[in-house]
Amino acid sequence: MTTLINPEAPVGAPLGKSSRPRDALFAGISRGSGIVVLIVMGAIGVFLLWKALPALSANTASFLTTSPWFPDDAQPKFGIAALAFGTLLSSVIAMVIAVPVGIGVALYTAHYAPRRFAPTLGYIVDLLAAVPSIIFGLWGLQILMPNSIGLWRWLDDHFGFIPLFSNEQNIYTRSIALAAVVLAIMILPTVSAISREVFAQVPPGHIEAALALGATRWETMRTAVFPFARPGMVSAAMLGLGRALGETIAVALILSATFKINWQVTEPGGNTFAANIALKWNEAGTIGLGALIASGLVLYVITFAVNMAARLVVERRRDFSGAN
Amino acid sequence: MNVSTSRKSVVGAALIAVLALTLSACGGSSNTASSDSTIDCSTGTIKASGSTAQKNAIAEWVNAYQSACPGATVNYQAVGSSAGVTDFINKQTAFAGSDSVLKPEDQIKADERCTDSEAIHIPMVGGAITLAYNVAGVDSLTLTPDVIAGIFNNSITKWNDPKIKAINEGVTLPNATIAQFHRSDGSGTTDNFTKYLTAAAPKVWKLSNAKEWKAEGGQGAKGNDGVAAAIKSTDNAIGYVELSFAQDAELKVAKVDNGGGAVEPNADTAAAAIGKAVGEIVDNENNIKLKINYTLKDANTYPIVLLTYEITCQKGLTGTDLALTKSFLTYSASDAAQAQLVEIGYVPITGDLLTSVRKSVSSIA
Repeated sequence: MTTLINPEAPVGAPLGKSSRPRDALFAGISRGSGIVVLIVMGAIGVFLLWKALPALSANTASFLTTSPWFPDDAQPKFGIAALAFGTLLSSVIAMVIAVPVGIGVALYTAHYAPRRFAPTLGYIVDLLAAVPSIIFGLWGLQILMPNSIGLWRWLDDHFGFIPLFSNEQNIYTRSIALAAVVLAIMILPTVSAISREVFAQVPPGHIEAALALGATRWETMRTAVFPFARPGMVSAAMLGLGRALGETIAVALILSATFKINWQVTEPGGNTFAANIALKWNEAGTIGLGALIASGLVLYVITFAVNMAARLVVERRRDFSGAN
Repeated sequence: MNVSTSRKSVVGAALIAVLALTLSACGGSSNTASSDSTIDCSTGTIKASGSTAQKNAIAEWVNAYQSACPGATVNYQAVGSSAGVTDFINKQTAFAGSDSVLKPEDQIKADERCTDSEAIHIPMVGGAITLAYNVAGVDSLTLTPDVIAGIFNNSITKWNDPKIKAINEGVTLPNATIAQFHRSDGSGTTDNFTKYLTAAAPKVWKLSNAKEWKAEGGQGAKGNDGVAAAIKSTDNAIGYVELSFAQDAELKVAKVDNGGGAVEPNADTAAAAIGKAVGEIVDNENNIKLKINYTLKDANTYPIVLLTYEITCQKGLTGTDLALTKSFLTYSASDAAQAQLVEIGYVPITGDLLTSVRKSVSSIA
């Protein structure tokens, strides 16, 4: 988990040049393992592309800008516009909820909570990660959905002038907003566990120095803890985002699964890449399977891009972090 | 240490919860393993896969068959019709379960898989698609094809719409918005339901049929069980679910009036409609591809039905595959096995059609 903070692995040149046979063997094995990972990643990409191409060439609509998903019609017509929109929107809303809460929980357990109590609280949050996602889905559907209708209606009544919260259908179930809340709870342990690890690594000297200079608790956090931990917090958020982007069954159970780009997040509807694959795979025809694989390829690329972006952010911030 | 054990116990508890849910979802598979002495047993193991719509029926039959025939294992995976057909074509399975007849190009591939013979369709399990609803104070509801199509394409949005009122004299319908539920996953149920709408309400339903739901409006839920649960928990809801799921969820179901009077959906009225399905292909009478007539106006005939097939090789299977498939399908077509279907909410094959089915099974060699 800390590899993102300190990615400069002190291996490489010296090992390869070593004359001792055991070192050479070890270097060979580790290089081989690295190459295998690259081959597997490449093979997944090639496999997806190979399976997707026939469907993509049969598509009568633009794959990137079309919303409907009717690949098994006589005239196959499908595109990822609505899927990409729903995936990104639900994940971003989940992040907006989960990242502040997760970092708050981590900060509390690492620096505020009483010593005896802190580890227990940390474990309890971590336990959320052990709950299977279908349980989150069923909970969202049977407990959260009926009990959150009042909240969504209140948002519509009072903040309906913001397009995001308005609800023209006056139906407040099976929405992107509901799925995002469930996603937020699911990624909370990821965000909080990693942030907690990072906060715990802040050198005590920094904190003591800040306190000695007369800083309050909050000023200490701002001047000593956050700058040190910022790259770690970014990676925590990005790992959480990665999980939210790919979450399948909980979202598939909750969403009403429409293929429309709709900003009104409290209305029923929306769909995501992973949920759509789970919902359509069983009964998809030849073109349908290829189309789903093509959408999987897009998710693969998006997830890859998110991870790369996270690494870039971490790299750029490192100089200012005060770490190392 | 404490942490890891408590994690495990949480996962364990969650798993138990999931298992309990799965079991209750499968409900109805009452272990009626009446040791049928008439079964002509075979031994060994065969694999089969396909339609989820016939999952509970096959599970019931497999239970009964295996307890009567020690040493026989029939392993049916409900992976969906399309995946089942692919497995069969790739020689992974001895037979496939399918909600629909093979497309011409798949029939050619399946024939190739059966070496020098034909892949045949054997209709084995029938079902009825009900319009289940949850409207307080309405205990009897009649719908016509045009009204059903109107509700599901969102042109009828209120329960007290004049079009619904006109066919439900004496019923007090509330001034409430209809909460319409459909399937969010691809499904043979949706395909058959939209086939019905296309055939019976061509003026209102313009979207043709598909496994994916194409109409605007309403809410999607996953699986028959998901739709049934959604209707049960939502006031003023209506949706289409297979009969067994409506029964398990204790939902009220609408009568359908195709023009010959309102008909209640049940095993008898649906079996009557399936019995009137007509053959589509005549070149091989053992390859029974049927076309359901959705516009039947006969009394006591419920028109929204579906039929699922077992697809296997007439010739070309060998060894255990041949012996056990034939033995199992012979049992499936027996009176005892078909009678079991009624108990779990499916619709049996009856009359002349059952005779042709048995003839088709006996032609497997």
